[in-house]
Amino acid sequence: MEFRYLPMTETDKQEMLDAIGVDSTEELFSDIPENVRFKQELNLKKPANESALMQELTKLASKNANLKEYTSFLGAGVYDHYIPSVVDHVISRSEFYTAYTPYQPEISQGELQAIFEFQTMICELTGMEVANSSMYDGGTALAEAVTLSAGQTKRKKILVSKTVHPESRAVIHTYAKGQNLEVIEIDHQSGITDLEQLDNEIDDETASVVIQYPNFFGQIEPMNDVQEIIRKQKKTMFLVSSNPLALGYLTPPGNFGADIVVGDTQVFGIPAQFGGPHCGYFATTDKLKRKVPGRLVGQTTDENGERGFVLTLQAREQHIRRDKATSNICSNQALNALASSVAMSSIGKHGLRKMAVLNMQKARYAKQQLENIGIAASFNGPFFNELVVKLSESVTNVNAKLLDKGIIGGYDLEFYYPELAGHMLVAVTENRSKDEIDNLVKELGDING
Amino acid sequence: MAKTDFPLIFERGKEGRTSYSLPEMDVPEINLEDEFDEAYIRQEAPGLPEVSELDLMRHYTALSNRNYGVDSGFYPLGSCTMKYNPKINEDVARLAGFSHIHPHQDPKTVQGAMEIMYDLQTSLSEITGMHDFSLQSAAGAQGEWSGLMMIRALHEKNGEFNRTNVIVPDSAHGTNPASVTVAGLDAVTVKTNENGLVDIEDLKRVVDEDTAALMLTNPNTLGLFETEIMEMAEIVHGAGGKLYYDGANLNAIMGFVRPGDMGFDVVHLNLHKTFTGPHGGGGPGSGPVGVTEEFAPFLPKPVLTKKDSEFVFDYDRPESIGRIKPYYGNFGIYLRAYTYIRTMGAEGLKKVSEYAVVNANYVMRRLEEEYALPYSQHCKHEFVISGKNQKQLGVRTLDIAKRLLDYGYHPPTIYFPLNVEEAMMTEPTETESKETLDGYIEAMLAISREAKGDPELVQEAPHETPVRRMDETTAARKPILRYQP
Repeated sequence: MEFRYLPMTETDKQEMLDAIGVDSTEELFSDIPENVRFKQELNLKKPANESALMQELTKLASKNANLKEYTSFLGAGVYDHYIPSVVDHVISRSEFYTAYTPYQPEISQGELQAIFEFQTMICELTGMEVANSSMYDGGTALAEAVTLSAGQTKRKKILVSKTVHPESRAVIHTYAKGQNLEVIEIDHQSGITDLEQLDNEIDDETASVVIQYPNFFGQIEPMNDVQEIIRKQKKTMFLVSSNPLALGYLTPPGNFGADIVVGDTQVFGIPAQFGGPHCGYFATTDKLKRKVPGRLVGQTTDENGERGFVLTLQAREQHIRRDKATSNICSNQALNALASSVAMSSIGKHGLRKMAVLNMQKARYAKQQLENIGIAASFNGPFFNELVVKLSESVTNVNAKLLDKGIIGGYDLEFYYPELAGHMLVAVTENRSKDEIDNLVKELGDING
Repeated sequence: MAKTDFPLIFERGKEGRTSYSLPEMDVPEINLEDEFDEAYIRQEAPGLPEVSELDLMRHYTALSNRNYGVDSGFYPLGSCTMKYNPKINEDVARLAGFSHIHPHQDPKTVQGAMEIMYDLQTSLSEITGMHDFSLQSAAGAQGEWSGLMMIRALHEKNGEFNRTNVIVPDSAHGTNPASVTVAGLDAVTVKTNENGLVDIEDLKRVVDEDTAALMLTNPNTLGLFETEIMEMAEIVHGAGGKLYYDGANLNAIMGFVRPGDMGFDVVHLNLHKTFTGPHGGGGPGSGPVGVTEEFAPFLPKPVLTKKDSEFVFDYDRPESIGRIKPYYGNFGIYLRAYTYIRTMGAEGLKKVSEYAVVNANYVMRRLEEEYALPYSQHCKHEFVISGKNQKQLGVRTLDIAKRLLDYGYHPPTIYFPLNVEEAMMTEPTETESKETLDGYIEAMLAISREAKGDPELVQEAPHETPVRRMDETTAARKPILRYQP
């Protein structure tokens, strides 16, 4: 069998073994104790040639209902947005995607500068002073923010609103167990955080309060009121998870006194790809810059005084601090951060607001049309591009019927919110046309009778 | 690479230029401001770029020209397994049926994706000799942490809350002890002996009733196989502890020996190392975790299983450590790893390890001529040499690394592991030809000669790169972390 990734010929091998001073490769493995060696052949499928494998995997791919062939109203943290064609052309340049972390700045200025630009864009969007080079995703970025808040305040109590993405909350619980933190969830009331309960639970033991803006139901949390409650406690930190696209229209969390803002840049140039890889971002205040998890790129000059960029403040990181490190993150999502940078550059200063407004207008049109046929929105506060509607039968049944019509319906809230059985979270992005919205409304009308 | 300074994307373009093509506003517009309190409407547009599409492409193309990847040249960065990233992998990952599917779709509509995940789990179990695999961890470090959380969960289930010590060799990667801390456990160091292996006597000394686990890479970070692994397993297991395998170095042993057969209870792999996921300039990676049957109940949830002929996500896992990531992990990286495993098969993967080991030993023996070799036995897929001879001439390992840039090579990992003076950790990988290795060897030998004859040439390197050495001290002392107009 020939293997196109393995250039070693028999002659090469012989010459190299001679230079090493051994007779066979077997000798090089003689340090593996005889009694643990694997003597059989691994039970794997036979090697496949390029054409056959491509054909087989293309068939497997076509077994999946994809968002380009179906009309999708599914969001809940992952969205079908416009991806400028330039994005894939840039990230397919192998100088970027086959590189490692830019440890050698002299030959990595491209990646370093791109990350520096990404950090800047995240600061601009969130209204924060410092942003890192990326995290795995929005959920783990939030968990890292919680960890940071506990370390910073030397407190163990965390208050998380139930309007935060349920899977991000689940991740917070897992990380909190590692750190022996106590996580208390605050109920939702009319689609937003129950402020009275928040006010009752917060005390001088509270490390941080976690809010999502816009929240999981698409609603805009009353950030001013939340901030007011948090500020009654001196050290308690305000952690915000934010869809960065929404910040094209909404006042950035930094303006509401957020201490850490995190989220996912999947909305910018990253396909859904079954939930990953996406790209977490992490932004904070200048005061906390030496506590930030993950990699940071800084501007400096070379020996000739030329502007250049380096990985910096590395004393925070695991490879220096080892067991004293407060985060173990090493690999991040650099290539996806690049994808998002390219998308943000393409959409640009004014396009961003335009894109956010497209989402908002189309979502409002959907809301109005649904109301016209008697499917009312459950929550009526200001919202971004998602709305919750109550259906007359189970969301599972409705979605099965929609699928037959070529529509991927909204998210079934019952899965994480038993109290919202029969409620669907409908996402309407700029990619949905009026006709597609009208069609959804018609089909839902037929189903709802 | 051209030596010209060029602008940030924010310094390019002009007010009014665009490079987007958004869908049209085809619904009747309403006045949004009626809905929002003024305090919630953004007053100032974020300072994003305003460039045309060509300007944008030129900008990023220029940046790519100032970057270096495996496709650019040899990249022997130790412990990172910078092997070739096959192109079919990229094509597969971009098929619409994989790239444009939503994690919350009805599982019945994504059976093709789930089949690949299931098949990948099964293949990884076979390659490592483990009982079960969870693909979810986003990277090696997250794999370590979730593996340790499972070990903690098992001990706690047995009422052994005292078992908090995780033994880590002094040569271990920094993520190991950091992951221990993040999992709420305590790192305890075990020494390396004069042969570069774990000191068994010291291991016996640190293992006790508080031991949660021993965390090990094998071959270790010096590229040496821990020959006494079975004794070590007996010592740790005998005291009630567990064995954790950091799969960073799996590329050395595929088809030769399996972690499960060496007594490891929990392993993580790096799909972006051994299984050709591209490193992407720092990520995304993927760090699946494999376990013995004993640990299966603790796997992160949801767990992908097969029920009759249908693939399902099982959330009913009462003993699970919980969710470690939203959705199901970095699926896009699974596709690349899966495509690679299917391309190579058992025969190919064994050859991968065989050739990786031959390449490493060949480079090591040739460099021994000029460079100190702290451990003289055969290495596995990587080796560590020391620049201490050159240091006596005033040329540091950092200088040698920088000089390699002038010769067109990415340097090895330097100053790691910490227990070797002036360390250069070199991992050639199996995808490099003998000619490439010879070119690198010649460059390394030439640099050593330069260190003797013209040390300044090396000390002041690099000379040929787009920028010279960077002022990292000022960067850290007065950090500039974003562009300010």
